[in-house]
Amino acid sequence: MAERSFAKEVEKLRLGDGEEFAGEGILAITKALLQCGVGYVGGYQGAPISHLMDVLADAQDILGELGVHFEASASEATATAMLAASVHYPIRGAATFKSTVGTNVASDALANLASGGVTGGALLIVGEDYGEGSSIMQERSHAFAMKSQVWLLDPRPNLPSIVKAVEDGFELSEASNTPVMMEVRIRCCHVHGKFIAKDNKRPAITVADALETPRRDTGRIVLPPASFLHEKEKVSKRWPAAVDFIKSRKINEFFGPDHGAIGIVMQGGMYNAVIRALQRLGLADAFGETDIPLYVLNAVYPLVDDQFLSFCEGKDAVLVVEEGQPNYIEQAFAAMLHKAGRDTRLVGKEYLPMAGEYTGQVMLDGLGAFLRAEAPLLLSAEIRAPNKQEQGEEIPDLSRVVPGRPPGFCIGCPERPIFAATKLVEQELGKHHIASDIGCHLFSIMPPFELGATTMGYGLGPASASAFNSPDAKRRSISFVGDGGFWHNGLTSSIGNAVFNKNDGVIVIVDNFYSAATGGQDILSSRADNRTKATKHPITKAVEGMGVKWLRHIDRTYDVGKMQATLKEALTTEESGPKVIVASSECMLNRQRREKPLVAKAINNGERVVKPKFGVDEDICTGDHACMRLSGCPSLSVKSLDDPLRDDPVAHIDQNCVGCGNCGEVADAAVLCPSFYRADVVHNPSGWDRFLDRARGAVIGFLQRRRESRRLVFADA
Amino acid sequence: MLDRASSSRADGKTGDGGMIKLAILAVGGQGGGVLSDWIVDVAERNGYLAQSTSVAGVAQRTGATIYYIEMCPDLNPGAGRLPIFALSPSQGDVDILIAAELMEAGRAIMRGFVTPEKTTLIASSHRIAAVSEKIEPGDGRASSAKVRETAELASKRFISFDMEKVAVESGSMISASLLGALAGSGALPFARESYEQTIATSGRGVKQSLAAFAGGYEGARGVNKAAETAAPPPRKAELSAASPAGPDRLVDGWRHLTARVERLPEEVRDMALRGLRKVVDFQDEAYGREYLDRLERAVERDKAARGFALSVAAAKHLANAMCYDDMIRVADLKTRSTRGARVRREVGVKDDAVLQTTEYFHPRVEEFCGAMPAGIGRYIEERPKLAAFIDRRINRGRRIRTDSFTGFAMLWLVGGMRRWRRALLRHKVEQAHLDRWYDLALDTVADDYALAVEVLNTRRLIKGYSDTHVRAQSKFDRVLSALPMLKGRPDAADWLRRLREAALKDEKGDMLDGALKTVATLGE
Repeated sequence: MAERSFAKEVEKLRLGDGEEFAGEGILAITKALLQCGVGYVGGYQGAPISHLMDVLADAQDILGELGVHFEASASEATATAMLAASVHYPIRGAATFKSTVGTNVASDALANLASGGVTGGALLIVGEDYGEGSSIMQERSHAFAMKSQVWLLDPRPNLPSIVKAVEDGFELSEASNTPVMMEVRIRCCHVHGKFIAKDNKRPAITVADALETPRRDTGRIVLPPASFLHEKEKVSKRWPAAVDFIKSRKINEFFGPDHGAIGIVMQGGMYNAVIRALQRLGLADAFGETDIPLYVLNAVYPLVDDQFLSFCEGKDAVLVVEEGQPNYIEQAFAAMLHKAGRDTRLVGKEYLPMAGEYTGQVMLDGLGAFLRAEAPLLLSAEIRAPNKQEQGEEIPDLSRVVPGRPPGFCIGCPERPIFAATKLVEQELGKHHIASDIGCHLFSIMPPFELGATTMGYGLGPASASAFNSPDAKRRSISFVGDGGFWHNGLTSSIGNAVFNKNDGVIVIVDNFYSAATGGQDILSSRADNRTKATKHPITKAVEGMGVKWLRHIDRTYDVGKMQATLKEALTTEESGPKVIVASSECMLNRQRREKPLVAKAINNGERVVKPKFGVDEDICTGDHACMRLSGCPSLSVKSLDDPLRDDPVAHIDQNCVGCGNCGEVADAAVLCPSFYRADVVHNPSGWDRFLDRARGAVIGFLQRRRESRRLVFADA
Repeated sequence: MLDRASSSRADGKTGDGGMIKLAILAVGGQGGGVLSDWIVDVAERNGYLAQSTSVAGVAQRTGATIYYIEMCPDLNPGAGRLPIFALSPSQGDVDILIAAELMEAGRAIMRGFVTPEKTTLIASSHRIAAVSEKIEPGDGRASSAKVRETAELASKRFISFDMEKVAVESGSMISASLLGALAGSGALPFARESYEQTIATSGRGVKQSLAAFAGGYEGARGVNKAAETAAPPPRKAELSAASPAGPDRLVDGWRHLTARVERLPEEVRDMALRGLRKVVDFQDEAYGREYLDRLERAVERDKAARGFALSVAAAKHLANAMCYDDMIRVADLKTRSTRGARVRREVGVKDDAVLQTTEYFHPRVEEFCGAMPAGIGRYIEERPKLAAFIDRRINRGRRIRTDSFTGFAMLWLVGGMRRWRRALLRHKVEQAHLDRWYDLALDTVADDYALAVEVLNTRRLIKGYSDTHVRAQSKFDRVLSALPMLKGRPDAADWLRRLREAALKDEKGDMLDGALKTVATLGE
């Protein structure tokens, strides 16, 4: 079950014609799919489209009623390969994933799908994880569209526009027999807005119907000679059809006056930021009414030559607002102008940065510079040549004061003790080459652990250590892979590869029962019951099946001592071949989400419940913070004492502690200090509990009184 | 009400039509999403159009996160024309900034989201230390005062108090008290009731959320009136004047000791009394006399013109040095009646619940020897094979239940070894170390008073147990190893202070080694 439940929100998917839908962007996209009569949907979770997968998972009843098939695909390649159902059958299908990482994985299937082309509309909804908050390499999805010649929509970031883009996308796909990608940026996915709904449509042909009447057409299969014809067909038939559709359906939009000396062309996704900059420059109103001609590309690939050229007609200069690099659109437009022999000056990356997100400030600076240079008279005097700001009181620079706050392991995270153990093993055996993977466990690269040298892709942690396999080496490599990455790709690419190539390294599989970093979706090895998916397939069995001989399973990662000993054994054993450790404990975020209400209910109902929490004796803690260098738990922090004898703050555990046990285990395994204690609170104690407590209290109280009556007792000591 | 809302152009031709821009900076897990949803709900409840965005994903896991909301009055309702909202905050263009933690307010200022012409900055004054602040062996925390001072300058209005405390006291989350502070600030043109309706219809924990909301609301109002921005309280607990409880003989003895403190220079008295309490509590009154004997040696050499800095430092660090952290002390502290009460308070145990307490011990042969009579302890230490043999038998983690008969009794007995402490190896080792250090400091006074004070302050480095303690000792020795190179230099004290500060920066003392290299080149 995912971290966030959309059980309530998915009811909005039932809204009918004319009713107003209010909610998040991703929910709107789901509704749009249903309105388009989609026949099947699949995808792989990852920000920013994790919630789209969660919404679909929570909406299975509604999907079922409409005869829509939903898959939580094993990977983005699987999701895209699923679109093969639209090759021969006129069924609309959609796949969704994070881009560009997901598109990378999907590209094999995507290229095959694009070559043969589709009959039913095939839509790829890619969540563009670019700019602030992104957790991946900064690249563009645009290149994938270009190389496989699938069309790319980049709608304006508001709910009516993205809903329309879904509808347009399916039709464009069918009109041009080409899969269509629709990119939605991270903030657009989470934008809260409204649109007027339409009725949901049952697919004209369901996947069940298709199974009953199988079809095939050798001409659509990617094998010579058909594949040669596919390439020609792409440019001779599909491309012109797409351009015609984009023109006739007015996918791209024009705003502002018909004529002007200058104009701005932009990706649809950039529209709101451009308008905001124009508003701040005094050239647009709240509704986006502006004096500057704007050409908004809701379809960024293919570009429509004559549309662009006619936009440039009579203009001295046109600015292209294109986020990211290379600047494919700008280059294409420049070529069009050049070949058409036009003298309109085309600018883009001269005024806007080549790389990086186009934030509000970047847009304001870029557009301001463009307008000041190319059309200064449009600007009011104070904006054209602003007076130097009154030198008020200088605001001090806080960059040396404010600490960075990168993401890290949550309170009680079961992965923390794994890395605490790794750090302790390294203290004993020395530094090792450590290969990291994608997932929460990648936080190990940050302080306080600072473990891990590379990350090469999802499920590729052990694969990325495969070169480090030398008979001359005395030290082994250590690589990590999460359960998500393991099932996504790791089983074959990492484990199978290590077995086959007799890799001697140590592989730690971090099993937290979910695809946790993406929001806690279930995967094959999840321990939860799932109504529609098969779970509880142990990773250990899969690893054994791959041929791993040295395998250890740690079923409680919080046992730092055991983790440490096992890792040490793996690094020093005489046995050859990969040494695989599966370290399993449930993701604490999901566990708390599951257990907290149950525990609260049980306590309310008078049931006996033991709740653990950790604490620190502040008079025993010496304030050396060694525990924090092996933890980094948000709940374990520093606290000043109001004792002038003490200089440094001591450790303190706040009320958010979930009692995972890491503090005590680490203090023990690393021989740190006796300051920690675990307090188990027995709620609704039984009669026996009470009796024992009273009896113990009597004896303990007697001993305490005896000692305290023979010494000085200071009031507030 | 925002001043700028009224100044927006009536024709709505250019500009943003009275749009209000609000950003929330929070630490992942603080409930910024809930707050953001609430604010949108309040705005829509008041007939505004609103849009919120966020960057969800793995970046939210305990890291700095940002939520952004834009809203404006529905200028022509029913016309179907929607204003164009931006999806992310821009520098210099944020009307209200809510920071759910003080350093996040600092981050907002750094990023240019707070400007003196425009921004109402509502920030909780509490701190959530970042990992980088926590892992320093010394005090690595960022300066809250600097952020507060800067916030005053950088914002149009700065409303700040501990909203986390308000929330916790109401049994709620900070999102509720922040919403209260937003309402109380009056920065949005909405009535208090509409906020409360939003909370009331949100479902769970309504009562607690409303209480936290009210706390936040009143807090923001109060801060408005007094224009005070929560200066931290002076961090010095008052010493209780009352005599300690105990047998008459001991109370009499205590009076004699305090009388000696009264005869010390006034500047020294407070610290000396604290130190005295600590050492007497650690051992006994005779130990208190030893403490005062030592301290008086410093006072004799001290100078009133220097404010008795030497004696104050001696009073503090002597007490800490004399109260070393041995097994006896730990066992004693863990078996006191006050300790049980404190645990119940900190954990928040209700009266009818039963508390079970587990302690984590990991004794090694070093601690074993330390707790032996000096002769036996040394005998073992000098025989590595024997020491290793004993270590194999005792070196493992032991979890002791101090709420059980046996667990408590075991610690109680160890705590009772106090009476023999003076004969034990650890005590001899600690005394010798203390004497060397203290003599070194006092011998330095005549030549360089400031340097002597810094020698005393070097004691701050000694802390931790087992390996951490060994590393601390090594840093202490390395810092003092610079003394011969520094003596005679006018800036010797400064250098020794710098070395100490460097030693507190990282675990192994890499910064210290660097600083020592610099010191080595000073004479060249």
